This record gives sequence, C-alpha cells and structure tokens, in this order.
Amino acid sequence: MSKRRFSFPYLIWMSIFIVVPLLLIIFYAFTDNSTGKIVFTLEHIKAIFEPLYLKVIGRSLFMSLIATVVCFILGYPAAMILANKDFAKKSTMLILIVLPMWMNFLLRTYSWLSLLENEGLINRFLVSIGIGQVQLMYNNFAVVLGMVYNFLPFMILPIYSVLVKIDKNVIEAAKDLGANNAKVFGRVIFPLSMPGVISGITMTFMPALSTFVISRLLSGGKITLIGNIIEQQFTITGDWGLGSALSLLLMVLIFVSMIFINKYGDESVGAGGLL
Amino acid sequence: MGKKIIELKNIFKKYGDFTAIDGISLYINEGEFLTLLGPSGCGKTTTLRIIGGFEQPDSGDILFDGIRINDVPAHKRMLNTVFQKYALFTHLTVGQNIAFGPTIKKINPEQIQKEVKNYLKIVNLEGYEDRDISTLSGGQQQRVAIARALINKPKVLLLDEPLGALDLKLRKDMQDELKTMHTDVGITFIYVTHDQEEALTLSDTIVVMNNGRIQQIGTPVDIYNEPNNAFVAYFIGESNIIHSTMVKDKLVRIDGVEFECVDTGFGQESPVDVVVRPEDVVLVPSDKAKLKGKVTLVTFKGVHYEIWIEGPSFEWKVHSTIPQMIGEELGVTVDPFNIHVMHQAPIDIKTAETAVNI
Amino acid sequence: MKKLLQRVYLFMILLFLYAPIIVLIVYSFNESKSRAVWQGFSLTWYQQLFSDSKILNALETTLLIALVASIIATFLGTFAALGIIKMKKKTFETVRTITYIPVLNPDIVTGVSLMMLFAFIGIELGFVSMLLAHITFCTPYVIISVLPKLYQTDISVYEAAQDLGATPFYALRKTIIPQLMPGIVTGFLLSFTLSVDDFVISYFTTGGHVENLSMIVFSMARKGVNPKINAVSTLLFITVMALLLIVNKRELSSKKRVSKNKETLLNIEK
Repeated sequence: MSKRRFSFPYLIWMSIFIVVPLLLIIFYAFTDNSTGKIVFTLEHIKAIFEPLYLKVIGRSLFMSLIATVVCFILGYPAAMILANKDFAKKSTMLILIVLPMWMNFLLRTYSWLSLLENEGLINRFLVSIGIGQVQLMYNNFAVVLGMVYNFLPFMILPIYSVLVKIDKNVIEAAKDLGANNAKVFGRVIFPLSMPGVISGITMTFMPALSTFVISRLLSGGKITLIGNIIEQQFTITGDWGLGSALSLLLMVLIFVSMIFINKYGDESVGAGGLL
Repeated sequence: MGKKIIELKNIFKKYGDFTAIDGISLYINEGEFLTLLGPSGCGKTTTLRIIGGFEQPDSGDILFDGIRINDVPAHKRMLNTVFQKYALFTHLTVGQNIAFGPTIKKINPEQIQKEVKNYLKIVNLEGYEDRDISTLSGGQQQRVAIARALINKPKVLLLDEPLGALDLKLRKDMQDELKTMHTDVGITFIYVTHDQEEALTLSDTIVVMNNGRIQQIGTPVDIYNEPNNAFVAYFIGESNIIHSTMVKDKLVRIDGVEFECVDTGFGQESPVDVVVRPEDVVLVPSDKAKLKGKVTLVTFKGVHYEIWIEGPSFEWKVHSTIPQMIGEELGVTVDPFNIHVMHQAPIDIKTAETAVNI
Repeated sequence: MKKLLQRVYLFMILLFLYAPIIVLIVYSFNESKSRAVWQGFSLTWYQQLFSDSKILNALETTLLIALVASIIATFLGTFAALGIIKMKKKTFETVRTITYIPVLNPDIVTGVSLMMLFAFIGIELGFVSMLLAHITFCTPYVIISVLPKLYQTDISVYEAAQDLGATPFYALRKTIIPQLMPGIVTGFLLSFTLSVDDFVISYFTTGGHVENLSMIVFSMARKGVNPKINAVSTLLFITVMALLLIVNKRELSSKKRVSKNKETLLNIEK
C-alpha cells in the first residue's frame, strides 16, 4: 500500500500550473522575442530602473508602508481590547470584524466612492459645517485609505489570536514580580504578541504592495502603482518582457521583506501561521 | 518567632451564586511553613490569591505585618507567588526570567547577574542561565519559577499546588528540596495542595478547608491523630470511622463491643464518631478478642497488606505486615490510646468520603 | 472610565469598517441614480438587477466555476495530502515550497503567469482557462487544511480495520477519510469562498470572453454610477452575514454544551 502515488495527479498539475508559469516569467523577463529569435537580454531589467518606473516602485513601497503602519496603529489596540473581553461578547465582536473580510474585495473598495466623491457624503457633511469641499478622491489619500480599509481586519485578527492565547497566569506572574501595567505590556505582552504582529504586517504589506484594483478604482488611474504597470503591459501594451520583469521584481521585493520581517520574530508565516 | 506576619479577618468571597470563601480567619507566623489543604473547590486557592492580591475579598481584612493591605495592588505587595503551571516567560531565557523582578526594581545589572547565579545554585540549576524555557522539563521549569520568586527576597512565598503536574518520584524529591529551601532561606511559606501526604510531610501548620470554611488548624501530628470531625479524619490518612456510642468516660461501644479508650467529656450513652487508623488495628486469634470478624479481602500494597475484616456491623480496614487468608475468622483489638473519639458529625460520613474522592 | 474608552474605540473601528457598506446598502434603495443624494425608497435597482442578463450570467459563471473548481481542488488536494505525508523529507520540502507559491505570490503575478502559460500551451482564454486557474489557486489551500488533520489522525484505526479484514482501500475510506473530514470540509469551503471572491486571477485568465461577478463589478464601477452594484452588494452582504451567523451559532451552541457538561462533572476550583 504505497499511498505516495496518490499525490501524482497533483504533482503533475503542480508542475504544469505552478512551476512552468514561474519559469515563463523568468523566461520572458530575460529574453527578447521581438526579432523572431530568442535572445537573452537584460533590457527589461534595466528598464525597471528608469526614473519613470523607479518612481512608481518607490511610490508603491511608500504607500504600502504607510498603510501597514496605520493598520498597525489602529489594529493593535483593537486586538488588545477584543482579547480582554469575556466570551459571549468576544464572539459577536469577532464576527463583526471578520464580516467585512468576507465581502467581495471590489465591492469593499467601490463602497468608498459614495463617501469620497466631491459630491459624496463626507464632502457634503464638511460643506454643511462650513469647512468646504476637500479633495478626497483621485489622490494618494484615497489609495492609502483604500488599503487600510481593506487590510485592517487582516492586521487585527492574527494579533488578536496570539494575544488571546497568552496565559493569564503569566500576566499575574509579571505583576507578582513588581511590574505595573505599562511594564507588563512592554516586557511581557508585546514581546509575546510578536508572531501575531508579524503575521499581520505580512498580510497587510504584501497585498498592498501588489494591488492594482485599489489604485484604479479610487484614483481613476491617476495614481499608478507597480500592479497597474504590470496590468497595462499584459492587457494593453503587450510588453510581456517588461511585465514579467516587474512581476519578478514584485516577487523579489516580497521575498526580501518576508526575510526582513521574519528576522524580527518567529517563523509565523509557515503552515501553522496561515490558518 | 511568634510574630504574626499575615492575618486574615473574616474573609468572605462569592462568585455569582457560588460561595468560595465563607468566613475565614487565620493568622500565619513569621517563618512558618503553612499549608492550606482541602479538596477541589474548597477555597484554598482563592484564599491564596486573595493574599497575593489577584482577587479582592467581598468583605474582611488582610493584614501584612499588622498593616491592612486590602487596597495594595498585587505588584506592590511584599510577597511572591509560584504558580501551578509555572507561568514562565517563554520569550525570555531562564536567567532573564529569574532576573525579571530585580530588573524592574532597577537593581545594578552586575548585582543581578550575581544573584541569578546564586539562586540557580539554590534550586540546583547551576549553569542554566541562557537556556530556553521550552527545553526544560516540568521539574526544571518549576525550579526556575521558584528561583524567580525567591530572588526578590519576599517575606512570604505563596505556592499554588506547585508540584501537581510532576510525576510521583519527582514530586517526592521536590518536596524534600522545598523543605530544605524553607529551612535555608528562612522565610514564610504558604502552600496550597489537595495532597494530604504532601501536607503532612512539608508543613509546620496545616489548615484543612472544605466548602469555603476552615475545618481544623493544627500541626500535622495533631491533625492526624486528633481530627476534629469526620471530614478531616477522612481527608487525612485512611481511617476507620465508625458511628459508636460513648458509654461513659473512657468507655466506648464500637461495633457492639465495649472498648476502653482515653477520651472523656462526651457524656453518657451519647452518639459519637470513633476514628481508628488501619495501622492501629491489631488482629489476634478470634478467641482472644471480644470483637470478631471475617476476612473478606487481602491486597498486597508493598509497604503492607491491606486487609478488610467484616465485623458485626462495620467493615474494618486493617494495615498489617502479616497476610491473612480470606474467610479466616479473627479477633479485632485496638489499644485504648489509638481510639480517637469525636462528636458525631452533622455531615454524613458518606458525604465526607465523596468530598475526599473528587 | 477605561472600559468606556475601550468601547468607544472599538465602536469607532467598527464604524470605519461598516460605514461604507451601510451607505452602499442604503443607497441601493435610493429612488434616484445618485450615489449621495437620497430621493426616496425604491426597489427599482433590484428589479433592474434581476432583469440584467449580463449580471445574471456573471453570477451563474461565478457559482459554477466556484463549485466545479472547489470539488476538483478538494479531490486533487486531499489525495495530494495523502501522498505527501509519505514523502521523504527533501521531496516533502520541495513540494511544500511549490505548493506555497500560489498562496504567497501576489494575485497579479499568479494571474499574468497563468495567462502566459495558456498562451504558451495554446489554450484559448475563456471558461476552461478560468476553471484551470481557479483549481490551481484553490488546491494549495485544500492541502493546507487537510495535511494538519492528517498528522493528527490515529493510524491505528486504519490498521485495526485491516486486522479485521478490510482491504486497504476500504479501510482508507472508512477510517482515515472520516477523520480528515473537518479538514476536507474546511478546504472545500475555503476554495469556494476564494473562487467566488476572486478578481485579479480571473481578470487575466478569461481574456474578457467570460466574466465572473467581480469582473462585472469592476467594469461597471469604472464606467460610472450604477446603483445596481449597490443592489448586488446588499444581497451579497446579507448572504455572507447569514452564513457567518449560522456557522457561528453552531459553534457557540456546541461550545456551550461542552462547557455546561464540564461544569456539572467537575467541581471547579475558582
């Protein structure tokens, strides 16, 4: 009874649909087919470092970073408060926080349009109290807001699930040894919550970095991020070389940030950490 | 000696409908090893936590060195706790765990290092400073927890069933170590356990609790030999507890037969409970005693044989190094000094038995 | 005081999370087309929604793809897990890394790479390519759900069954699979949800010939105001909320039963 052969269908599938596409990206990133012949080239890679694209990459990194930081600042306290609640209220609150995550990603992003438009609700409110219209859409603010809105629950949940598992006795022990509330947080609770923090940061930063929907819908195309450029190459321009090179860059950026993030904590983005 | 370091006055504590502590008053002498002993739910851990500051009593006072500390938060009380599940800081090394308290007090780091080494020695974990908590066994973790508490030089150490999770051999070894530590360090230990043998081994004073009330306070010898009521008798050591009748001073009728004893003051022809330890029952040939019985069960226990003898109205448990045959007719005798008479308990002996067996 | 502050904070967070959704729902009932000005209660948009064949087709596509892809992914993934557990360490780690690629990779990279694959192989973009793509990104999640359960299964039951005369396959079906069921079900539900919700990967692998719900919403949202989107959102929201409540109620009531039993059996030391 060798159960190993059970996995063969999947192994074949995996090779065709996961490995080959990846190889294709590398292939197209490093080759030029325009002349009909396949030639190794570094042109696409070099193109990434043109000022135009560097600007886009920089902007993506910057905005994702801001969105992640905002999510952390807003999300950590929320996770802490949630973790301290008693059982019944906890589940209700959890459902409430999880619910938006299950709504369609596009609809969640689209929903801000009514609020952010010049004639939208927020602006009408601001006008009515005398502040006047503020440009809330088609700019950096809208995109970052969109990122924070979409990924906040992904920051709250991992942190919450780690906080809630901290043994109450450990906190009592810290107090018993002389730590006041601030010290208990700084020396015990926060360090112990690191795996959750890392999960949260990972699940916020990575999708933010690679998004194209948020920037398209909320900035009307005015703000271009890495995702938008890649999308353009594959739908309009047809420059698969550049598109693949940028995709490769994205993968490298994400890989690097994962290593960087994991240096500061445990191996939380592994089989156990994702579910 | 003789100075009251901790005093509890009329402590009451309820959780919803459940009364955890139903009026407890006691005092603890400086340097004592005092054990709160009782079954699950009797209130012993709650009492300990109230002393430690992790729970507030509904009413009553807690005095430390004569001063009322009800309103003093846990982290300011001059005592330390060893928790049942150790509660070690998994993100810190052994050394960092132990150094936690002194670090908070901003003691000079060099000094802290010296003290950490010192206390590691006291708990027999020399050289373990940089070890990861997850690599330690249960017994080792327990010792780190003890060192972590003791390094703060508290006046009182609270221990909440610290040996509960250890296997038998390790537990016995740790009991010896704790006893030595207590003598060496010289501070007051307040210990909580449900294991009566442990209590008897370790304590200077035992407080037996049940249903949120104190049943008896005394030295191990006192409690073992002269339990106040059926509950205490059942809880400490195995016993034969028999509903009997006090005929008059120094004479009691047990199982239909009159025995001489040494207790007085119970009146005449009054109902009493009698406690006889299994090891105090002497089996003789049946014609040499007034009380006769038949052997129903013999079990080898290593240290002794456990023999059940059925008398006229009571089944006696006897510990003897001499085995007997099942069905054998024997006589049951007890030395008068080994018959302990108590007022008949309002509680059912069966209830006491179940309380003990939880 | 502290508790009040905490409650207020949580409320603000929830307000942030729900304000846009609530606005969306409210305006789905708006008489006028405006996304911001209220002009009276009306169900016209819902009516229009149900007579819009494009949207209905998209819904059908979405559900069909999700169902088929999930079923195939579940089978593929479960058997994969059964095989993986028997692998030697090196093979296992390679397979694990490759399995994690669709999970960790950004959607867009998975999407464009699959698009290139289909061109390379010569598969025309459409329903089939979309299905293949969905199966690809769903299967890893099935494996991730089933594998831990597999590690926890009691292999002795499998051996006992054979000891009693069962063939290996029968024993597998009757002893191992039932133990894996929670993981298999989780994997299936996860696949279904991810498939229904997918936009980016579908966007690149259908070539515009087939559309799922997310893609329709995207093209509608880009063109301009359309309260039909609001109507779709409202219906989706209610469905998801109902599902979550049902699942959670079942978990809550089973947890309550367990803790009630515990209380009566033990004397809890407080």
